[in-house]
Amino acid sequence: MLMFVLRRIGVMILTAIALTFIVFYMTNLPPNLEKLAKSEASVRMDDDAVASWLERNGYGGSVFVRYGEWLGVMPGWTLTDEDGTTRGRCIAEGTDPAAAPTFCGLLQGNWGFSTVFKQPVTEVLARSLGATGWLMLWVMIVMVPSSLLLGVLSGMREGSRTDRVLSTFAITTTATPEYVSGVILIALLASATAGISPILADAGWISGKTLFPGTATSAMDDITFWNFFLPVMTIALYGIGYIARMTRASMTEVMTQQYIRTARLKGVGFRQVVMRHALRNALIAPFTVIMLQFPWLLNGVVIVETLFNYKGFGWTLVQAAGNNDIDTLLACSVVAVFVVLVTQLISDIGYVFLNPRIRLA
Amino acid sequence: MDDALSWGSIFLRIAAQLLPVWVALIATFALSMQFKRRLGLYGRIFDSPVGMTGFGLVMFWVFTAIFANWIITHDPLAQLSGMKNIAPGAPLADPAEGAYPYYLLGGDHLARDVFSRMIMGAREVLKIAPAATVIAFMVGITLGLPAGYLGGKLDTTISFLSNLVLAFPVILLFYLLVTPEIRVTGIPIVLAAILFIFPVIFLVILFNSRFFTTPAKRNLYVGLTLLFGLWAYSGLAFNADPFGVWSMDPNMLNVFVSVVFVNSPGVFRIVRGMVMDIKTRDYVAAGQTRGEGPWYIMLWEILPNARGPLIVDFCLRIGYTTILLGTLGFFGLGVTPESPDWGSTINYGRRLLAIAPHPAVVPAFALMSLVLGLNLLADGLREESMKD
Repeated sequence: MLMFVLRRIGVMILTAIALTFIVFYMTNLPPNLEKLAKSEASVRMDDDAVASWLERNGYGGSVFVRYGEWLGVMPGWTLTDEDGTTRGRCIAEGTDPAAAPTFCGLLQGNWGFSTVFKQPVTEVLARSLGATGWLMLWVMIVMVPSSLLLGVLSGMREGSRTDRVLSTFAITTTATPEYVSGVILIALLASATAGISPILADAGWISGKTLFPGTATSAMDDITFWNFFLPVMTIALYGIGYIARMTRASMTEVMTQQYIRTARLKGVGFRQVVMRHALRNALIAPFTVIMLQFPWLLNGVVIVETLFNYKGFGWTLVQAAGNNDIDTLLACSVVAVFVVLVTQLISDIGYVFLNPRIRLA
Repeated sequence: MDDALSWGSIFLRIAAQLLPVWVALIATFALSMQFKRRLGLYGRIFDSPVGMTGFGLVMFWVFTAIFANWIITHDPLAQLSGMKNIAPGAPLADPAEGAYPYYLLGGDHLARDVFSRMIMGAREVLKIAPAATVIAFMVGITLGLPAGYLGGKLDTTISFLSNLVLAFPVILLFYLLVTPEIRVTGIPIVLAAILFIFPVIFLVILFNSRFFTTPAKRNLYVGLTLLFGLWAYSGLAFNADPFGVWSMDPNMLNVFVSVVFVNSPGVFRIVRGMVMDIKTRDYVAAGQTRGEGPWYIMLWEILPNARGPLIVDFCLRIGYTTILLGTLGFFGLGVTPESPDWGSTINYGRRLLAIAPHPAVVPAFALMSLVLGLNLLADGLREESMKD
């Protein structure tokens, strides 16, 4: 078991290094750096000026060396200007160059400075991850119980009418990506001209113009049912269908097992069979699926935060990517890659723990 | 000036506009039902109501895309004065001679006809999604067969690479791959050069392993494949077709390549898993004893026996690709602002959702129904192929 975990962690670190290098390479492509130079220094620089600006600010040299510096395993660059001042990656403005550390990268906690938000990247990330954390928490609270319930209900009597209805619902939600369900939900519940809001407003049931607000910006300070319902539902709906279908498949399989038939023949009631005998075994597969949903949720988070203007992780990623904010984009991808890999690891280990039939040498 | 249409007459007029689609759908269904016992797996779709519904939805959009030129009521790019964000069924403000007198599903923020754009959008989506999925499948199959069958270092290497791509958050990958700057660096062309060669390799190996005992036939098939394959390859990947038949807009190439790149590792995983299962069967052992070559066994013994799950996955994957294309449009990546594709139409429409929801809702429903159709079709196919 320990060997298995260690080997998995080894592969994970290798994957993380490869992925971050790819992102580093892609964000540091010459056209991106040129754009950075022009936005940081002057828009009207010619090619020579751009090249020398990049050279002076540590963007010269091979991409491998710069990746090492960014990661913190290579000494940061230092340059002595013509007027004798020494500047460098690790030397803060106005401090003594001799006292500066040699290494300053990701591993030392130096994540860079965001050019869009004019703040250290760590602060930007902390704020946006906090916001997204709340969103994810509520999505999980809504999504996991309801999808498991749907799956178990439709899987316990395969082919029944309940099963048909619930399966149709599940398949419809998996066919509706977040940007579609979000738009439909807003049009239905948060538009002053369409959906049910005008009817409710005419009848005097709601005080404002719309039932729900169309944005979730106010949820940044204070989360309420009204400003969080639409974003949470939009993300959860897409996942519900998928997890419910997986649960249904696993539940129908369990219900055909010998021990279920034995229990039924012994005279145990159907409800007891489902609760006592089937449920626990049927929930092993969905656990893995839920864990592997995290990368998907990340996708949904980016779309929903853009759609509802909620300034979390996804919104930050879009802003960073759209404005060529290299440091922030790199940090976002580190977080994203980390989340994906860790959830994969947890799902593997959890699977082994949950399923006694699997033994790893 | 006429009055605005009621919802009933809007739907009637849309149904009338879609007449060629109805005719084609009825013809397809009538013919298929007639001969369904002779059509193999395709015929058996018509035994399951779920599969039939899905097939109907998918074919509806396919025919809509084919007959789009006859269905549209206005030029999807034309902006008519006075029609900005106008409600569905509104009459034209100052109708030109011979123009269709209404905006059936209203106007968008640039006063263009939402209905016509939705119809033309179907063509945009159905031009890219199936083609990208086919190429992704060829890449996945060409790599997955030897990885699963031969195993060893080859398998370890390709599996690691595919896990790498799968661990990448899709949106991030799109933001990195589909930007105007990246075209300058030539990365899309390199990717295209790698990905587009796989169909040629696949077909060449396919024919060679089957016909190498009869060189005349082999030379004909392989020669034709190489001729047409490399011709199309030069045009699509490098835009260097000497006759100018095959070419792809650089923007489109960028989008296309990214979608293929994201999809192929998934196909690879499925193919590899199935090959590892099937290669333990007796008929594979029999083939090996007969002295059949590894590629013959992979392509002509194992692959046909894996077709059921692959066809199901193909349908699901087209749906997934449609969603991905919509995502790209939603973030305004890689498409021109004029493009009527559903994703970018939703993106422009969403900003005005509070006042005029219809420009975003119409393409949203269109996209949903197409993906739903593909999912239902896949479900029906799965059910029917399990009955064997």
